[in-house]
Amino acid sequence: MFKFLFDRDTWQEVFDSFNKNKLRSILTMVGVWWGILLLIGLLGSARGLENAFNRLFGDLATNSVFIWSGNTSKPFKGFQEGRRVKLTLSDAKKVEENVEGIEFLVPRNQTQSEVTRNFLSGTFQISGDYPLLDKVQKKKLIYGRFLNENDIDNNKKVAVLSEDIYQQLFDKDEDPVGQYVQINNINYTVIGMYEAGQINIGSSSEIHIPFTTFQQVYNQGDQIAWMMITGKPEYDIAQIDKDTKLLLRNLNNVHPDDQRAFGGFNLGTEFSRLTGFLIGMQFLTWFVGIATLIAGVFAIGNILLITVRERTKEIGVRRALGATPFEIKRQIVVEAVFLTLLAGIFGIITGGWILIGLDAAFGQGDSAVIVNASVSIAVVFIAITILTILGTLIGLIPAFRATSIKPIEALREE
Amino acid sequence: MLQISQLHKSYPIGDSSLHVLKGIDLSVEEGEMVAIMGSSGSGKSTLLNIIGMLDEADSGDYILDGLKIKDLTEKKAAVYRNKFLGFIFQSFNLINYKNALENVALPLYYQGMKRKERQELAMYHLEKVGLANWAHHLPKELSGGQKQRVAIARALAANPKLLLADEPTGALDTVTSHEIMAFIQQLNDEGKTILMVTHEEDIANMCKRIVRLRDGVIIEDTKVEQVRAEQHV
Repeated sequence: MFKFLFDRDTWQEVFDSFNKNKLRSILTMVGVWWGILLLIGLLGSARGLENAFNRLFGDLATNSVFIWSGNTSKPFKGFQEGRRVKLTLSDAKKVEENVEGIEFLVPRNQTQSEVTRNFLSGTFQISGDYPLLDKVQKKKLIYGRFLNENDIDNNKKVAVLSEDIYQQLFDKDEDPVGQYVQINNINYTVIGMYEAGQINIGSSSEIHIPFTTFQQVYNQGDQIAWMMITGKPEYDIAQIDKDTKLLLRNLNNVHPDDQRAFGGFNLGTEFSRLTGFLIGMQFLTWFVGIATLIAGVFAIGNILLITVRERTKEIGVRRALGATPFEIKRQIVVEAVFLTLLAGIFGIITGGWILIGLDAAFGQGDSAVIVNASVSIAVVFIAITILTILGTLIGLIPAFRATSIKPIEALREE
Repeated sequence: MLQISQLHKSYPIGDSSLHVLKGIDLSVEEGEMVAIMGSSGSGKSTLLNIIGMLDEADSGDYILDGLKIKDLTEKKAAVYRNKFLGFIFQSFNLINYKNALENVALPLYYQGMKRKERQELAMYHLEKVGLANWAHHLPKELSGGQKQRVAIARALAANPKLLLADEPTGALDTVTSHEIMAFIQQLNDEGKTILMVTHEEDIANMCKRIVRLRDGVIIEDTKVEQVRAEQHV
């Protein structure tokens, strides 16, 4: 059945008829080529953008919300409006116990302090943190380690530096671990330094010290500056956000409708807006690509119809010489599939070149807009399958047209 | 070889129909060389097309080599044409983007013969018509007479029982016509049965039998003294 596909003569026929109408065949193929090019180029770029976003947010739990306290905007239970509300560790504990769907809750404290090392000094942000922070904001440590439970339990005077603070206080390639820095005239041992991420919520330059040390040194008592909450994957982060704020208002005697007392930034909602945009773009790409592809395949069908019309007499001669209608149809369908596939493969190759070009232009370095713009083999495979199917279907139209004319009428054609 | 009895054929023209063949009875023996003559509209081409299985009769019997040709599907007709018949056309009908050898090999391709065998056989037939040196030329590089000889080689390639020629000399000058006729006569001498449609008396006289048609009926069917074409060359 498929023996003819490996027959040199079948292909001789295809090449002959291609060569005979070179310009027309090539112009026709442009349609399919363009469709595949668009599909590959756009899908690859969309993937590149997605990769770039993933790289930006990669170190960050994207289903997280940040909650801090502010001033009340409504009087409630005898309190006047404008009251400063303070978040406390017990608030955090209650939130963690009562709000459904929380994976991690990280309380944090922050302040600005003068930091000195030898003759260098600067004012930096100091954060009191739990080791848990490393779980929600993955730190890529270059030297040493992050805070651990032991540091917390023993109120140790240790510090983890961000990259740019290290750069300001230390020499290039100097190992900071075991060195001392002075924060407000108190010596801390540096235990680690981490690489700056692409996106940081809050400041990118900070010094992390154990939460308990911070409490003690800055006399914070039970207070916390803000809390970071990540939701379990199956829970809606917007709902967690809402529940948490409601609970906090309740705990702190704040009017239930007071929107100002607790502020927050919901990374999950922001991020899903971005991913929604990316999904929309991919959908658009498939839509545009396949629509163009179909238009291109129709162009091939159209041109084959004209070719068949022009070759009416030749087909008549072939039939007089003993070609069966099936053999004629098969030849035309093979031609259609061949043209479609050839155009498609050129499209895939040039689409690949475009992606390589995009990668060279925009995909280099840390701040790349498009990262690893590519399409999967599966997409290429799907595209080729679609092309083969469409090519076969569209080839059937001229094929049936070719054999619908009686050989005697075909021969009479001049 | 070939028996036809009470063959009728009409073509619809608008609401009415045109009765082209009105009961043809014809019998051709093996080795005969028959010219079918008649003015245009006499039905001679229609008769040839029916014999060539390119067209089908409305009624009547057609028996070719003991095989009744009736209710043919396109596929069966194609197989019979390939096996039993060789066609020679007035306008040669060579495929213009294939060279002489490939044109001759085409009927063999449709027989499913292997490429190498096919090309050897096609070359053999090209040699027979004296065009071995032109095997790799395209039809446009050949003269009219050469093209018709390629067409004859192609008709012979599948070793058909019956050669059908539709005005084989219609597009050729007198000298070339006689060359081609000499060649066809030689084929007949070798035993091939040949049926040809022509409206030229001198060409018809080079056959062994003339069948005259007028308005769809045979008005004359005579054996003639064959004029050898070589005399004119």
